[in-house]
Amino acid sequence: MTQAELTGWGRFRPVATVLHTPRTAPEVATLLQSANPAIARGNGLAYGDSAVSSGYTISTRRMNRMLHFEPEHGLLEVECGVTLADIAAAMLPRGWFPPVLPGSGAVTVGGAIAADVHGKNHVHTGSFRGCVVWMDVMDKNGRVRRCSSTVQPDLFDHTLGGMGLTGVILAACLRLAPVETGWICQEQVTTSNFRHTVAELRAARAAPYAVAWLDGLTTGASFGRGVVMKGHHARYDDLPATLGSRTPRDAPSTRLRFDWPKWVLNTTSMRAFNALYFYRASKRTAPQLVDWRSFFFPLDAIDLWPRAYGSRGLLQFQCVLPHDTAEPGLEHILRATQEARCPPFLAVLKELGMQESAFSFPMPGLTLALDFPASPAALKVLDRLDAIVIENGGRVYLAKDARLKAGILRQSDPRADTFAAYRSEQGLDAHFQSAQSKRVQI
Amino acid sequence: MTASGVLILGANSDIARAVAHVYGAAGYPLMLAGRAPERFAPDMSDLHLRYGVPVTVHGFDVLETDSHAAFVANLPVLPDIVICAVGLLGIQAQAETDADHMSLVLRSNLEGPASALSQFAAAFEDRGSGVLVGISSVAGERGRASNYTYGAAKAGFTAFLSGLRNRLAGKGVHVVTVLPGYVATRMTEGMALPALLTAQPEDVARAIRLAVDTQRNIVHVRPIWAVIMGVIRLIPEPLFKRMKL
Ligand SMILES: Cc1cc2nc3c(=O)[nH]c(=O)nc-3n(C[C@H](O)[C@H](O)[C@H](O)COP(=O)(O)OP(=O)(O)OC[C@H]3O[C@@H](n4cnc5c(N)ncnc54)[C@H](O)[C@@H]3O)c2cc1C
Ligand SMILES: NC(=O)c1ccc[n+]([C@@H]2O[C@H](COP(=O)([O-])OP(=O)(O)OC[C@H]3O[C@@H](n4cnc5c(N)ncnc54)[C@H](OP(=O)(O)O)[C@@H]3O)[C@@H](O)[C@H]2O)c1
Repeated sequence: MTQAELTGWGRFRPVATVLHTPRTAPEVATLLQSANPAIARGNGLAYGDSAVSSGYTISTRRMNRMLHFEPEHGLLEVECGVTLADIAAAMLPRGWFPPVLPGSGAVTVGGAIAADVHGKNHVHTGSFRGCVVWMDVMDKNGRVRRCSSTVQPDLFDHTLGGMGLTGVILAACLRLAPVETGWICQEQVTTSNFRHTVAELRAARAAPYAVAWLDGLTTGASFGRGVVMKGHHARYDDLPATLGSRTPRDAPSTRLRFDWPKWVLNTTSMRAFNALYFYRASKRTAPQLVDWRSFFFPLDAIDLWPRAYGSRGLLQFQCVLPHDTAEPGLEHILRATQEARCPPFLAVLKELGMQESAFSFPMPGLTLALDFPASPAALKVLDRLDAIVIENGGRVYLAKDARLKAGILRQSDPRADTFAAYRSEQGLDAHFQSAQSKRVQI
Repeated sequence: MTASGVLILGANSDIARAVAHVYGAAGYPLMLAGRAPERFAPDMSDLHLRYGVPVTVHGFDVLETDSHAAFVANLPVLPDIVICAVGLLGIQAQAETDADHMSLVLRSNLEGPASALSQFAAAFEDRGSGVLVGISSVAGERGRASNYTYGAAKAGFTAFLSGLRNRLAGKGVHVVTVLPGYVATRMTEGMALPALLTAQPEDVARAIRLAVDTQRNIVHVRPIWAVIMGVIRLIPEPLFKRMKL
């Protein structure tokens, strides 16, 4: 037990909490049976206040063991605090790989289930849900229930995408995907404007993995230019002899040890960075082999990178708009940030496909994720963006949110009410609470 | 990297778990020893799945000193490296009046670990090789009101390790004394530890591996602690006795 001030990954608005780090399930049970409302916390990579509670915050970082592997079907049982990068690293030599990976490898299995995360392959593979064979969820009485899509399906449905609000996920069994190597054949094309970026991204649908990086700072004819990246797992035969191994060696990561002063990252320096990034991508159009960490987790190469945003913290905004409104709607969003002189420092565009679930984020359409240095102006723009999302029939991603208002969530996502109703029906609402769940009233 | 591997005494400790990961990742076979070893089954599968190294589990109670000779003799192989992470902070106030508790703290931190390491020392000396690592504590550098029973035991353990190192020098057996400073573990949970002075178990584990590889004798995990304790040792006793540290 430690008194702590915790934030999410964006380091925005700390919340005072009592942090516990249990090692075993009985220890979790004891914590849940106390009168304090509680929320589980994985590695704190949700950007906002999803994984911190004004009561108990239960860190799962010491519950991180891989329990059993069944090599015939690639079934891996793990405790909730195991990270996805650790799974990939341990299972690649056996020829298996997590079928869904978000943009950071430090995401835990508990966090991946609770946010029902998506990767660069959602169109083909769906969300994390697809690889969860079963999971064990502990309720407020310390009772553990094993649920799956057929056993206790209600609990399963609401826990996927349920942001920790249905109980503590203790363990799960994941179905991994067979792969031949840990190398990705990557191809990239540079695009000259927003329309072109969207068209290239949609054309990249045929590739197993696709994602677009957007320059959020350019205006005029090159507004919305970007780089569209596609990839697939290299076959063993694709590897040149010089590479030597199926599993790439790990590159060490650099850690930012202190907050950067405010003036380092600003619109001018980011414009220069974007121009350089764009230029380098335009010179590298031939397919290349990259290791899995660089392809899936480019930002992990710099540990604690939000420190570059200084003590103000960073805000992320991620929304999805359905296909019929996506292109004009997302263009509108990007232009609104520029008009407010609050352009995003980082912008990532992906396509999402069909999604089955009670409260998960994805829907068929395009999803845009934007990073802003936190400021009163940025908060104002984000309110404006909410309105555009609602006009266009889209929704926002709670895993990235630190500031959404309760009424706005309900307008954009009618499932918020049914989710809240499920919580109160099951008697979960008084016991499992995050700062976010209180703010958005779910 | 060698075949017989690393034995960890007190394998359920947070520091011990981190040590197991560091050596597992480097390909060493692992032997986990501690009380109620059935608890180690998940660690065993975890370490094996992650690193593909052989992992065995052994029942071991540091207080049962009579059993230590047999414990060493009955191991399937004699390890190359033995790391003792056993320790007990205890409750200082209780130790002041409860003789059993005082004895438990002294025995868990000094008598027990010294007994176990002596058995390994003899076996390593016969073999002519091996590394013994004892996790002691800066609390043993100078007794303070807040934890001097633990501190006294650790002072004794530090002296024991130093004597053992002296005895085994030139016999192929190396002894490492680890002084971790504050570490965020189960032992210190709930204490308000200053972030700059507090290491993570993973930091301790890396420092241990480095010390073993480079044959260091005494290691501070965070060098700042060497400075702090240097200063604390210099404070004259008439002044020190009035301070609250
Ligand atoms: C660089 C970066 C890139 C990202 N890219 C993507 C992406 O491409 N796609 C995507 O979908 N997301 C992405 N994310 C978001 C991230 O995947 C989610 O926020 C994820 O939930 C974080 O996992 P975590 O283990 O750190 O959990 P935390 O952030 O600690 O918690 C997130 C939520 O999960 C709950 N939770 C965690 N563990 C448990 C448990 N054991 N039981 C019950 N509930 C639990 C928490 O209560 C909280 O509501 C990205 C984040 C970063 C920082
Ligand atoms: N944390 C710090 O700040 C700090 C600082 C300096 C030194 N240290 C030292 O570091 C070492 C590891 O401690 P830790 O911080 O990782 O705390 P910990 O988790 O409390 O570890 C102590 C370990 O000692 C074991 N142990 C106690 N009595 C035993 C016995 N009779 N037989 C066998 N094992 C026994 C415990 O096993 P059970 O699980 O069976 O109880 C536990 O695994 C200890 O020697 C400690 O004194 C810690």
